Amino acid sequence: MSDNAPLVIIGTGLAGYNLAKEFRKLDAERPLMLISADDGRFYSKPLLSTGFAKGKEADELAMQDGEAMAEQLGAQVLTGQEVTAIDTRERLVRLGERSLPYSDLVLATGAQVRTLPWREALAERLLSINDLADYGRFRAALNGRRSVLIVGAGLIGCEFANDLRLGGFEVTVVASDPWLMPQLLPEQAAAAVQAGLEELGVEFHLGCAIENMALEGDGLRVRLDSGVELVADQGLSAIGLVPRSELAEAAGLAAGRGVQVDRQLRTSDPHVYALGDCAEVAGLNLMYVMPLMTSARALAKTLSGTPTEVGYPAMPIMVKTPACPLVVTPPLSGVAGSWQCDVEGRDVRARFVDANGQLHGFALTGVAVAEKLQLTRELPAWLD
Amino acid sequence: MKKWQCIVCGFIYDEAEGWPDDGIAPGTRWEDVPADWMCPDCGVGKEDFEMIEIG
Repeated sequence: MSDNAPLVIIGTGLAGYNLAKEFRKLDAERPLMLISADDGRFYSKPLLSTGFAKGKEADELAMQDGEAMAEQLGAQVLTGQEVTAIDTRERLVRLGERSLPYSDLVLATGAQVRTLPWREALAERLLSINDLADYGRFRAALNGRRSVLIVGAGLIGCEFANDLRLGGFEVTVVASDPWLMPQLLPEQAAAAVQAGLEELGVEFHLGCAIENMALEGDGLRVRLDSGVELVADQGLSAIGLVPRSELAEAAGLAAGRGVQVDRQLRTSDPHVYALGDCAEVAGLNLMYVMPLMTSARALAKTLSGTPTEVGYPAMPIMVKTPACPLVVTPPLSGVAGSWQCDVEGRDVRARFVDANGQLHGFALTGVAVAEKLQLTRELPAWLD
Repeated sequence: MKKWQCIVCGFIYDEAEGWPDDGIAPGTRWEDVPADWMCPDCGVGKEDFEMIEIG
């Protein structure tokens, strides 16, 4: 394929658009095309879990539409187009019957939600929120309803519990986890966040599996293995995300926990790159905004002719649970060590340290969040 | 005094107000904000802010 073909980015979430913005700062000339399965509106995904407290409609969270983005970026933005296959040998992306050539290709396809077995049967009564369209659909489903049952007590489940409660809904959280955000937090820090959310009025059923969910009247009924039965007007499933790597895998690209790329964000094919939630960068799949932005800057340089390796400092995650402020930098998996917690009521300072006393992670709640910069400086980089 | 906006989420850092929650006093100029300071709303870094003119 000719090298006059455009640089093609699949995906117009934060990864796709921010890469395009960074790239255009360095190269105003090279033809650029973005392909979106949705409507191509630019919005900030982290704000989806603050929308109910602020009373924001989906349209109000959209900052620019696809057309405005195309103009701003000097790019073609194809919307409502699903890429069905990648031909790495001919350097083509296929949209059904149609084929488009690329010079270099970037996968910014994000992640998809894990689904509960009752999703189809419950239809609109059990939704997930993973993009702006989902958010709009969920808001519409909530119209005239008062109570929401959230399945999942991870970061997203907790953020929505706080936000929906602030938005005036009755909120119940059900999860098989023993405590909130167990992949991120030690039990003491989770307890502080739970206490804050409970004080706000959120009800928790942790450590229980769901045996059944069914429509009842205009809402749903949920039976837990503890024997407890719950009813709610609306369900929200928040049981985790999986990197979208099927397209890459079907094209024969290496994938593990996401599309595998090296420090230059290059896949096993020299003309295909990946970043964001869909990518496993040198073994790390980090589904947060800061790694994505760091990757976008490095990849923009590489794609404009200056091969650049991405470096990740340790990056704290600010969890949007204002009922009990929380900042966490989880230790990378495989790091040996243990949590040491100082607890003063809702103010928890938890440090994950190894045998030599080196800090590898922390979780801070309540007023302790003020120490986040100081502790972050003590952490080793994730990718030097 | 200038204002700086996070390009990811729209959060605005106003030099006149600083950000006392992170120990940044009112009147702190952008160049004096610590390099590892993060957007309080979405967690991105200082490099993801751009100066904006607001009336």
